[in-house]
Amino acid sequence: MNDALFLHRIHFAFTITFHYLFPQLTMGLAPLIVVLKTLAIRTGNESYNRAARFWTKIFGINFAFGVVTGIPMEFEFGTNWSRFSQLTGGVIGQPLAMEGTFSFFLESAFLALFLYGEKKLSKWGHWCAAFLVFLGSWLSGFFIIVTDAWMQHPVAYTRLPNGSFTVTSFWGLLTNPWALIQFAHNMCGALATGSFVMAAVGAMYLLERRNDEYGRIFLQVGVIAGFLSSMAQGFPTGDLHGKYLATHQPVTIAAMEGLFKSETGAPMVIIGQPDAEHQRIDNPIVVNKVLSFLVYGTTTAEVRGLNAFPKDQWPTNIPLLYFAYHIMVGLGTIMIAVMAVAAFLLWRRMLFRVRWMLWILLLCFPDPYIANTAGWMTAEVGRQPWLVYGLLRTTQGYSANVNAANSLFTLLGYMGLYLALGILFVFIMEREIGRGPAATEVTSIQSSPAVTVA
Amino acid sequence: MESTWFILVTLMIVAYAVLDGFDLGAGILHMLISRNDADRRAILRSIGPVWDGNEVWLIAGGGTLYFAFPALYAVSFSGFYLPLHIVLWLLILRGMGIEFRAHLSREVAAGLFDGFFALSSGLLALFFGAALGNVIRGVPMGADQSFFEPLWTTLLPWGDTGILDWYTIFTGVFAVIALTMHGALWISLKTNGAIRDRASMVANRTASILGIFTIVGVPLTILARPATVANYLRHPALFVIPAAVIVSLYLAWRWNRGGRELPAFLASCAYIVTALAGVAAALYPALLPSSYGSQFDITIFNAATGSYALRVGFIWWGLGMVLAAGYFIFVYRMFRGKLQQDSIG
Repeated sequence: MNDALFLHRIHFAFTITFHYLFPQLTMGLAPLIVVLKTLAIRTGNESYNRAARFWTKIFGINFAFGVVTGIPMEFEFGTNWSRFSQLTGGVIGQPLAMEGTFSFFLESAFLALFLYGEKKLSKWGHWCAAFLVFLGSWLSGFFIIVTDAWMQHPVAYTRLPNGSFTVTSFWGLLTNPWALIQFAHNMCGALATGSFVMAAVGAMYLLERRNDEYGRIFLQVGVIAGFLSSMAQGFPTGDLHGKYLATHQPVTIAAMEGLFKSETGAPMVIIGQPDAEHQRIDNPIVVNKVLSFLVYGTTTAEVRGLNAFPKDQWPTNIPLLYFAYHIMVGLGTIMIAVMAVAAFLLWRRMLFRVRWMLWILLLCFPDPYIANTAGWMTAEVGRQPWLVYGLLRTTQGYSANVNAANSLFTLLGYMGLYLALGILFVFIMEREIGRGPAATEVTSIQSSPAVTVA
Repeated sequence: MESTWFILVTLMIVAYAVLDGFDLGAGILHMLISRNDADRRAILRSIGPVWDGNEVWLIAGGGTLYFAFPALYAVSFSGFYLPLHIVLWLLILRGMGIEFRAHLSREVAAGLFDGFFALSSGLLALFFGAALGNVIRGVPMGADQSFFEPLWTTLLPWGDTGILDWYTIFTGVFAVIALTMHGALWISLKTNGAIRDRASMVANRTASILGIFTIVGVPLTILARPATVANYLRHPALFVIPAAVIVSLYLAWRWNRGGRELPAFLASCAYIVTALAGVAAALYPALLPSSYGSQFDITIFNAATGSYALRVGFIWWGLGMVLAAGYFIFVYRMFRGKLQQDSIG
């Protein structure tokens, strides 16, 4: 592998993976904060307002980390992938510019109002600010998904005489079916992160026997939202996404499942290591005919294996793709199981007393983070060897004028900076969660300096 | 349509310079004019609710550049690879400095984060100014429309050009001074008492220095790239722009001395707007000139995407800008007026 190409890929992969740890929580928490604000108005119980303020504080910290790690993303297309951006800017520049124009202005303006305006706004005005922050964060996710979906499944484009792509239908681009399915699947994942984190903090408070009242609120909201989002993550959104992928990227499905040879009544591999050299799965545990059923709805259908496709179309890193996909599905299944049991206990009014379940909820909060990351790796590693599926290869997209050493230099810079950011994040979160919701007061601009300090 | 987008992209960059400009300037002064922790917090509070929104103009501007002129975005961002990543690192440091200062209880942390914030604000102003200098002077780019410049080179006027050379360092320092004045006028608008007076004094002094830089800057720019005057000589009506630059700087100085804070700040906004408009007028229709000759320039014509994309973009962009302007007016109105001195949290 060409060194510069490899480093440019790692550069983007590293910065985007680290970045997405923050937006997945903010996009997940935003609707939950709206729920808490709604409960506060409907019940008149001040505890819901305090709970909302506490989560807004957590939201604000994550938002700020999302902003500072997100700015480089907007520029890395140009710095590290200049040939790609030169060729495709006429299409994907649209959703990227729209993200700034429609989401970031909305989000930043109303986050400031939401954080500082509680005294100045009426309670419904404050609710509206929360809602608009939610809308802004989800719109932002949508525009990014539209961008990615075009790379996965290019629609509504034509080529100009100089070889670059330009958009031919604005609505065609925004309603790319791939984007709609992926958005639904991705937002379920974000909501799962928000719910698991909220439930975990609630569980921790009850285990520590402090902030009991808030612990119960967090568990109630977190477990219900977590159950619904984990379920919807698998069915229907994950299922639909898989079927759509099988239609448009069949070679990717074959590599994800580790299916080297075409089979009728293809089995699903639960565990096993794909051996690309000998084209087989080592130490397999399989369930017969399930793959055919999942993809085509019948146990007898033929699923095309990797051998049905020319080798130059195969994803370039089959083991990584296979593991990313299996980790996503495995953890997704565990998340559904955990939330189903927790929801049952909540329904039977036992959850707050069953300590082993609280422990499980506390320890499970990393699951959705890992599953979401693995899911994105599945999508992007599965897209290889293409940058724009079927149109532009990854080898043709990077900045040829930026050599390997420069790319490594900035990659190491980001690694160092993000290590410091990560440590800082853990410190700040520990401090804020330790202080708890009881300590949150209404703030105004007069008493606190920065956006995140609620 | 290409010319329209040239104007719109310029508008977004100008909006970024005016808005983030005052919080960068406030950052530069943050440690210099503060006598104690309360002063520092007052400065931070004056920009707290708005700095993030101001920075969105940079991101939205970058996105707009990407979609309207993909070739410019690709060639310039990869060519300015190192300085651009350094700018991104500084933006990260700066965001950390302002946002997380209050989340750590140790005094030493506040000092550290103040340092991050002040240093990164100053360096960002320097780099933005140098970037503008590079664009004005042009880059060594031939027929393949690709270049990669070293970060620095000999600082001799007859030596090779680089990201940082005699001319771009001049424009960088120029930007630092301009934004310092801009930020000082903002602080004096938003605060009371001794800190306000110190900020006003800084604005007074920097305005005079800025006057000298503005006048010296013109011949130096013509020396760096003689073609910059071509548009002005062809359309003498454009000379109204430099005249407006001088007038607005004079008014900013004058009104600041007279204690008229809001007019002085607005005059400073006008100074930045007209100065950047003057640069845009000199460049048009080039977006990034080549120092090897104008046939290699990246212009609005060879960098623009298809006409459908430009037209449809114009519709949503217009809608988006109306909305964004609405939010900004709303937020700035909400947080208008002076900070209260007595309720420091």
